[in-house]
Amino acid sequence: MTRDPSLLPLPEKNPAHQPFWDGAANGKLMFQRCCNCGHAFLPGREECPQCLEPDLAWEEASGRGTLYSWITYHRAYGPAYQTRVPYTVGIVVLEEGPRLASNIVGIADPEALTIDQPLELQIEMDDGIAIPRFRPAGPA
Amino acid sequence: MRGKVVIAGIGQTAFGGLPGRSTVSLVVEASRRALEDAGIDKERVDALLIKPPTSRPGLMTGQKIAEAMGLKPKFGMAWDQGGGAVVGCISYAAFLIDAGLCDVAVVAFSDNPKSGGSDAYTAALGDTATFGYVSAAASYAMVARRYMQQFGLTERQMGAIPVNARRNGATNPAAQLKAPLTIDDYLEKPFLISPFRRDDFSLVSDGGAAVVLTSAERARQLGVPDPVPLLGFGAGQESWNVELRTDLTTTLASTSAAMAYRMAGLGPKDMDTAQLYDCFSIVPIITLEDYGFCKKGHAGAFIEDGAVAIDGQIPLNTAGGLLSETGMPGMQLVLEGVRQVRGTAVNQVPNVRNTIISTQGGIMQTHGTLIVGR
Repeated sequence: MTRDPSLLPLPEKNPAHQPFWDGAANGKLMFQRCCNCGHAFLPGREECPQCLEPDLAWEEASGRGTLYSWITYHRAYGPAYQTRVPYTVGIVVLEEGPRLASNIVGIADPEALTIDQPLELQIEMDDGIAIPRFRPAGPA
Repeated sequence: MRGKVVIAGIGQTAFGGLPGRSTVSLVVEASRRALEDAGIDKERVDALLIKPPTSRPGLMTGQKIAEAMGLKPKFGMAWDQGGGAVVGCISYAAFLIDAGLCDVAVVAFSDNPKSGGSDAYTAALGDTATFGYVSAAASYAMVARRYMQQFGLTERQMGAIPVNARRNGATNPAAQLKAPLTIDDYLEKPFLISPFRRDDFSLVSDGGAAVVLTSAERARQLGVPDPVPLLGFGAGQESWNVELRTDLTTTLASTSAAMAYRMAGLGPKDMDTAQLYDCFSIVPIITLEDYGFCKKGHAGAFIEDGAVAIDGQIPLNTAGGLLSETGMPGMQLVLEGVRQVRGTAVNQVPNVRNTIISTQGGIMQTHGTLIVGR
């Protein structure tokens, strides 16, 4: 059962990442925290990359973060992206500390974004996948 | 280690599209030419270190190549560090030679992504593909954007890197892309992955290149015509994926260079040319800073003011680099460094004593520095 290549690829089958995607399907952005040293991180792992211990728990993030960097695709690298260009991918730093690559949405001109600007979570259903994306944060 | 090991010979195939040539054939041709240049018989080779083809990773690559070359080396391996592997292999070979464990080492690379397919560079893999975050170029663009925003690097300043590469490549008969590029040509092209335009991207190339290493003493005994000493080398592995790094504008290239300078007893002011890995325009910009040629955040103005031109303070990528000579991941930079020290380069800089070379792999995840000179 191969997925239609014109649809977004499904996340990799990886048990260590599954709670992230299950969380998104329930409207939550999840990250991992080490019960031993308190380090908070993404993507999900089997050991903490700071203290190397395996005692880890998933927590819900506030959904607030900042934009570390971003790029905008004008060329599609595969059939799934052909109808989507131009689209923007950013590196998001969550206020709890974890970092992740995600889409930046709700922007008229991606070249007008700025580094370190505040972002907020926007989970979108796209090709059957609940995807945690980010938009510029509104007034507090 | 300074000066104890030499590059005895260099060899390369044609660069560009070479349809019908296998990666094994290309690596054998390059190695044959490097041994001819060194004047060393292949029977003396007792170490074979291979950077495997990026587009065609496989198992037992080093052994398959040894078989094709009729060798049973004591040390035979393929080194997995992406483009950083070239200097990684040379460094390891130097340790083996210095320790007296091997006599003559061949370090070689080949690939044929231009005629054989380059899907490996752009394949959508892992969870990030769900976000459309695919291709190595995208991660380098992420580095470029952060740098531009943090330090005010302009599009015109970034474009000066491919303009310089293409100026040097235009007079290199071996270069794959000889068409010169003006800054206006550069800026007129649309973004592919902003902030990158077409000319910020490495070429996709078929070809092979190799170096032969031995001790300075052995080179004298064998009558090697023009050995070039290794004065220093270094390494530093940033390792983490781009999105997980807390700083994208400084890398362990600085650690790597410091190690190489210390071994050589030299500093950036002693370097007469720099052959810096330029798979994307942003990479040599950051490397120039991490190698101490200018202050952090100042490379844009440094380059725009002509410091990297052939007659500038530190001539950069004098054969065209990955943006013009060939997209090969690094070995061509080592070969050009050797030619500059020998005085045999097409775009020869006068009175070259020392040259610094960088290789890096992944998305600036690996880094290796080499200093050659007399």
